[in-house]
Parts: sequence; structure tokens; C-alpha cells
Amino acid sequence: MCRLFALTSKDPVSPMLAIKALDVMKEGHDGSGVGLLLQDLGEPFEEMKDAPILSGIFSEEGIRRLDLFMMDKGFLTKYKISLKPPKQGAKGIPKRDLYLIRAYELPEGWENLDPEELADRLLKIRLKIREMGEEKKDMIVFSFWPDTIMIKEIGDPMQLADYLGLDRKELHARVIMAQGRQNTNYAINLYACHPFFIKGYCTMTNGENTAFIPIKDFLSSRDIPGYSGYQSDSEVFAHILHYSMEELDLGIDAYKHVITPLQQQDLEAHPDHEFLSHLKKSCRPLIIDGPNCVIGTLPDHSMFMVQDRKKLRPGVVGGKPGLYGFSSEICGLDAVLPDRDKSKDIQPMHLDTAIVSPERQEVDICRQTQALNLPL
Amino acid sequence: MSSNTSLEPSALSLNDLPWQIEYNNDRCTLCGQCTAVCPVKAIELVTFQKRIIKTSVKPGAEQSNQYDQFYGIRQKTSVANACIGCAMCTLACPNDAIRPVKNPGLDRMKFHINQKGVPRRRGGRRNASGSVLDRIKFTRISMLTDPALDAGRHEFEMRTLLGRVLSPSENMKRLKTKGWIPPVREIYPLIIGGMSFGALSPTMWEGLQMGVAYLNEEMGMPVRVCTGEGGCPPRLLRSRFLKYVILQIASGYFGWDEIIHAIPHMKEDPCAIEIKYGQGAKPGDGGLLMWHKVNKLIAAIRGVPPGVSLPSPPTHQTQYSIEESVAKMILSMSMAWGFRVPVYPKISASSTSLAVLNNLTRNDYASGLAIDGEDGGTGAAYSVSMDHMGHPIASCIRDNYLNLTKIGMQNEVPIFAGGGIGKNGNIAANAAALIMLGASGVQIGKYVMQAAAGCVGTEEDRCNVCNLGICPKGITSQDPRLYRRLDPEDVAQRIVDLFVSFDTELKKIVAPLGRSTSLPIGMSDALGIDDKAIADRLSIKYVV
Ligand code: SF4
Ligand code: SF4
Repeated sequence: MCRLFALTSKDPVSPMLAIKALDVMKEGHDGSGVGLLLQDLGEPFEEMKDAPILSGIFSEEGIRRLDLFMMDKGFLTKYKISLKPPKQGAKGIPKRDLYLIRAYELPEGWENLDPEELADRLLKIRLKIREMGEEKKDMIVFSFWPDTIMIKEIGDPMQLADYLGLDRKELHARVIMAQGRQNTNYAINLYACHPFFIKGYCTMTNGENTAFIPIKDFLSSRDIPGYSGYQSDSEVFAHILHYSMEELDLGIDAYKHVITPLQQQDLEAHPDHEFLSHLKKSCRPLIIDGPNCVIGTLPDHSMFMVQDRKKLRPGVVGGKPGLYGFSSEICGLDAVLPDRDKSKDIQPMHLDTAIVSPERQEVDICRQTQALNLPL
Repeated sequence: MSSNTSLEPSALSLNDLPWQIEYNNDRCTLCGQCTAVCPVKAIELVTFQKRIIKTSVKPGAEQSNQYDQFYGIRQKTSVANACIGCAMCTLACPNDAIRPVKNPGLDRMKFHINQKGVPRRRGGRRNASGSVLDRIKFTRISMLTDPALDAGRHEFEMRTLLGRVLSPSENMKRLKTKGWIPPVREIYPLIIGGMSFGALSPTMWEGLQMGVAYLNEEMGMPVRVCTGEGGCPPRLLRSRFLKYVILQIASGYFGWDEIIHAIPHMKEDPCAIEIKYGQGAKPGDGGLLMWHKVNKLIAAIRGVPPGVSLPSPPTHQTQYSIEESVAKMILSMSMAWGFRVPVYPKISASSTSLAVLNNLTRNDYASGLAIDGEDGGTGAAYSVSMDHMGHPIASCIRDNYLNLTKIGMQNEVPIFAGGGIGKNGNIAANAAALIMLGASGVQIGKYVMQAAAGCVGTEEDRCNVCNLGICPKGITSQDPRLYRRLDPEDVAQRIVDLFVSFDTELKKIVAPLGRSTSLPIGMSDALGIDDKAIADRLSIKYVV
């Protein structure tokens, strides 16, 4: 089963911290892949918070096609990090031409777009590149979003970090999410690798989502751009998050009510009973039923953790003001934050959402039985 | 057959009958129980005569020729009295001297059962035991990343929704603007489907209602029972138990007056209103309550004179088309209860059911769609309809669900499947398969009669005299001498047993699949079948 580790820090830190945690939790993942999300980036990206960054894997031919495509759209490269893999490959890691991390200047006139329109356009460009890449197998794109870098590859996390040289200053970030992957029920496909990202919302999960097909059917029939792909059981969690916050205008405190609604008795006793029973009924196809621990971030860089109702995958949140870690196993947290006050560690229960806001001063626990911040 | 009578075309021999009586004279005590209990008078006590010749080759020995009389049971061979295999005689016999045996060959009675120019009518089933549902396997068992759940210990929420479910965004919008939100009920996914008062005996009906009330109030299972056409006893309409009841109105409108008159006195709203347009057993045909069963009580509740046959038209003449009628009837029924009660149509499965569904998706007041497959519907019908008409339920449900998925309305118009669920006794597996194909819940009728009241009808054309009011078990008879055989308390007890054990079995299916907090509607990735063509047709996995 996958191992998960996430960090949210006041100051930019190296992604190697998260990789180290994955390495400690090695027994639980089979090293069949790693996924990494970096956000709220440090130098040099500090100065270009609005510039969308394209992350992906490209062949020589793919790069040429990408350049033509982006130029045609009016995007100019502003900054790039070259992750050139060494000539002699590494065992278990596929040979690639280029890992691309490239920040772009927005095309003329785009600066004044309202944020929603801009977000839509960026998403559509990412989908277009993905589609073009799937056609010719020369481009794999993970994200195209300001202040966001995503790296995914097959192989053991530590080995991969060495191989790609992830221990470099340019990759330091304040929000880091990493997943060490356990082989899935499906064929290995890089798009199936966590974390999953859509318009600033990002999640990663362990466990198996047995309600995947009905949820996927629901989401993909909503006709919302970006609700596609679904190479993994858990890709839907990110989209449910996006759906409940953007489409339904709910807060993060309601996310858990969507994916794991209260049972009848508790529901009846809830102060927002009427609203929640409507939510439970209309969002019923989105109920997750696998034993899952979901860790995610929001566009404002809040980081959260929720468990499914059965809580068979207990995750843990701990740290100190300024730096908090979210881990699927305590040993991962111990490796990265050994000097924290362990008595303050929190293992969210089946009703809890643990949230660390962008101030990173404390862990908020939001219980499902508490009143909600309703959009009504 | 004496030599001076002609052989009529319909003169049948024992060998021509579907069921033959095996009778053991040595064990018979001539108590007469079997002949008394036989619902069709298939057997009679007769005198047999036997000639006994005593001869000897010895010269001068006495030669005698005697006639001996003895009494025994003879099976009649007339079409009207042909044995139906119900085995009530066996049940009644103190000495195990008698039993019906199925004729292994093709019986000839099929050719003669249309006496007086009336083709055969019967109650019961399609009499074909094969079932695609029984062949479906649950193939996705959680193992590696996700251990299977413990069906005995985990908490489960096996509930479904009946009612028009708005899409999350629409629901949110109406909450914000204080708009009308259609009523939705949270109920148990196994529903007792429509079997009308009149078709069923009073004791059976009472037993059903008692069992359902117990399940709701003592077991915490929100089980619902549909009345079927023919109305509902006035006391039930005015009682608090009405909330467990789905009132059915059908094309004959029987019993509807009674219901309308009771509306001002109702303490509770009914669970829902089901408008019946069709039954799976006889698509395109109406209900058929034959005069044998229309006694005073039934006549009073239905608002008709006693002793007349009551065929419901397939669609009533006031209904110009199903679109118009669905729209009109759903609206007027909704209005009758102030838009607080879900109203949905029930149709027979057919290749045109998609059209009805599409129509419903555009109607805000439509609360669901019940589809009844070819194996369903007990009421009386012409044999030809039962045997040769209809559409299997599995592919019909699948088509409809996938169609809803395509337009992004899955579960918004919940689909309920009926027809042949548990026809071979595998009720939980059949129900789970249909739910994973896309049904929000399933309806059972015949299974309830078999499991809770001991109906002896099988898929082998056994019994099936429900229409004649001579039900040997007292389930479908209005004759007090017969229905007193059935103790309502016992029926209630069996209903409870049936639901509680179904619940366990359903959990035993969904737990290994890793589902516990929501009904696995549309979880088709869990299904497999060993037939390529079926797998393709249902869009599930082909496994061998
Ligand atoms: S099996 Fe039923 S119908 Fe046949 S003889 Fe016995 S009681 Fe009569
Ligand atoms: S036992 Fe009664 S209900 Fe069952 S098939 Fe016979 S007549 Fe019909």
C-alpha cells in the first residue's frame, strides 16, 4: 500500500525531507514509483508567483512539438530548471529524454483575465498537451499551474531523488507532498501516480477506493473540463475536492461530509441537520468506501488530512509552529521531525479533518459533528 | 374406457398429464384427507374391482373365479381436474401413501388446456428456471491494498433513496433560494413489490403488514411494502403504519376512491405512490382479478360489485399516451399530497423502457422508475403472455442506468428492478448483481410468497392456480376455509426472518468487495460472467 508524506513549512525546505520519510516507510511501498508536488516555491520562483509552470516528461521530439505549440499560444519561457538525467541510466527507472520544469510568461492580454477564466485556460492547455502527448507518446504533463511543480516517475524514491538530483536549492518549497507508490490494481501508468492535481487542489491517498467506478461515472458525467483521466482509484478524490469547493461552494469542513457522510443517528443530532441530509442525498454517489487516508492541499496552501469512515489507514499529523508534517506512518514523521512534541501528534479519527492553515501555527481539528460554515 | 364410447380428441391418459399421482395402496388407510384437501379435485376415492382366478391342473381340483372389491385413489384425467403437483395430498396423508410426480416427457395437456375456446390463464411464473442473474459472479475481492471487511463486525449502511434526487449543484441552488426540493425517502433496498389486496388473501396481507411494521419499529430496517392495485384497507390508510406503505394505482384505478377519501384523515403520508403501467409477467397487458376472488370485502374496497371479473386495461382509455399520462398522473398524485410524497411509475421491462426513462428525466416531479422484468409479476395472466412476452431485467436495468450515466443523471431518477429476483432462491446474490448493474433497489413478490407463506409454486409449472381462488396454502384465496390455513403471525415472523437473513447475505457479498457505507449502485467493476456475449451486453467482465 502506498506511503504518503506531506510537509507544510513557513520557510522553503528541500523535497529531500519528504523523500527521506518515504525511505523510512519503505516496508510499506514497493518502490514502484514516486510522485512529488512542490508548491509555494522558494527562490528563484519566489519572484514569479503568477507564472504558470509546466511540469512533465518529454522526449526530444515532444519538446519540439511543445515549443511550437506554446509559442503559437503566445507563451514565452521565463525560467527553467533542467533535470537532465545522467547518461548511464539507473536500474528500475525508465530512460527519458527530459524532465521539464518550465515557467512561462503569460501571453499578452492574459494578465488581466479574471482568475476563473485564466484557470480554465491553463487547464485546457494542460489537457491539450496531454492529449497530444498520448497520441504520439512523446509528452507526459502533470501540471500547468502557477507556483507548482510536479514530478512523477517509476522507481524507488531515494534512488530516483539521487538520479534526478532533487536535492537542489531551486526545488525548495513550502508545501511538499510525496507518495511512495505501491503497485496498483491497474497497469503502471505515470498518470496514475499520486498526488493528483486540478486547479490548485491536490490530493494523495493510500488504500483502495472500492467506490471508484460509480464516482468516476458521476464525475466524468458532470461535463466539467479536467474531470477526466482516472487512471487510478484515487484520482477522484482530488476532483471531489475541487467539485465540492468550486462547484458547490462548500468549505474544507464540508469535504468530509461529502466523501464520508454521517450516519443517520449522528446526522439527526447535527446542528446543520437539514442541510447535511440534502448534501448526503445529492452527493451520495461520491461516498468513498475504501479504507483511505487522504492528504491534500488547497489553493490557499492549507494542508489537510481525512480518514474514511472505517479508519483502517490511520495517518498522523505532527510538528511545531512553522513546520508540520502529514504522514501515513508515524515512523515517517519521526524521521523528518524528530524534535517535535510527540504528545501533540494528532491521528485524525473517523470524524475529523485535520487542517494546517497557511500560517502554519497549529493543527485545527474540525469534527464532523460540529456546525459548519455554510455557504447559505 | 368402455368399448362403446368414442374416444374424444381430449381424452387424456395419465401419461399425458404434467403431474402424475404415485399412489401406494398398501399404505393407504383410506382416511380421505388427500381427496378433501386437493384444490382441483384431481383425485377421488373409487372402488376398484379385481378378478381373482384360482385354477389347478390337478384333476378334480376346485376351480374358482372370484371378484374382489377394494378401495383406492384414482387420478382424474380431465383437463379441468388435472393434478397441479401442489403436493397438498402428500402433506395431508398420514402414511406417506401418495405423492405427485412430474411427468419427465412433454405432457400432452398443453394441447388441450384451452377448453371451451379459452386459452389457459394462470397465476405464477414464467416457468423457465434459467437465470442470467444466477450466473453473475462477484469478482473484485479486495486483497492487496485493501483487506476485505468483516461482514459481522463492521458498521454497514445498506440504504437506498426513493425519490427524485437533485444533482448536488441544483440541490444547493434550491437550498439557497428556498426553492422546492422533491421529497426523497431513505429506505431498505429490498422492497416488497405490489401484490394487491384481492389478489392476496386477508391473512397474507395482514401478515405482510405486520412483518413490515416489526422490521421498521423493532429491527430498525426501513422496509417498504407496495400495495399493488386494488386499494388499501381503510384502517391501514388512517394508521401510522401507512408510512411503510407504497400505495399503488394502476390503469384500472381500483380502490383509488377509498384512498382519496382517506387523504384528509391520514396521520402519515404514505412512503410513495407507484403508478403501475405494466407488469413484467405480462407486458402490455392489464391486471386480471377473476370473479372467483371478488368477494364482498374485496368488492367494497375496490368499489365494484362482488362476483365480477376485474380486468385492468393495459392503459386506461383516459390516458392518451404514456408521456402524457406519466406527466399528468405524476403531477396530480404529487398534488394530492402537497408534493410531499414521491410518485413514480412502474413499467414492464421492454426495449421501449428507455423512452419512458428519458421522459422522466425531464420531469421534476418524477421520483424514480420501477422496471419489472419478464420473470416477475404473479397476478393472473394468460399463459402465453407469461411464457413468451417480456424482456429480461438485467440488460434492461443496465441500458437504463448507462443511459442515465451518459446524461449525468445516474441515481437522480432511481431505478428499481423487479422480476425474477431470487427465482431460484439466490435472492441476495441476484439483488446485489442488479444493484451493481445500476439498480437503486429491487422489488420482490413471488419470493415473499414462497419464503414467507410457503407458496409451492415453482419454475416447473407447479400449482399456479393463484387466479382461481383455490390456493392450497391460503395465500391467494378469498375463501375463508382456505385462508384460515395461513396464520398471519407466522407470515410476519417469516418476513422478518427473510429480511434479516437477506441483510446478512448482502453484507457477506459487499464486505469482501470493500463496500460498507454506501450501497454499491453501479459498481459494475465487481461483476463477471462466463459468457462473452452476456459480458459484452452488460458491459461487465468476461471471466472463465
Ligand atoms: S398434488 Fe395437489 S393437485 Fe395433485 S392430487 Fe395431490 S393435492 Fe391434488
Ligand atoms: S400456493 Fe397459492 S400462491 Fe402459490 S402458486 Fe399455488 S395457488 Fe399460487
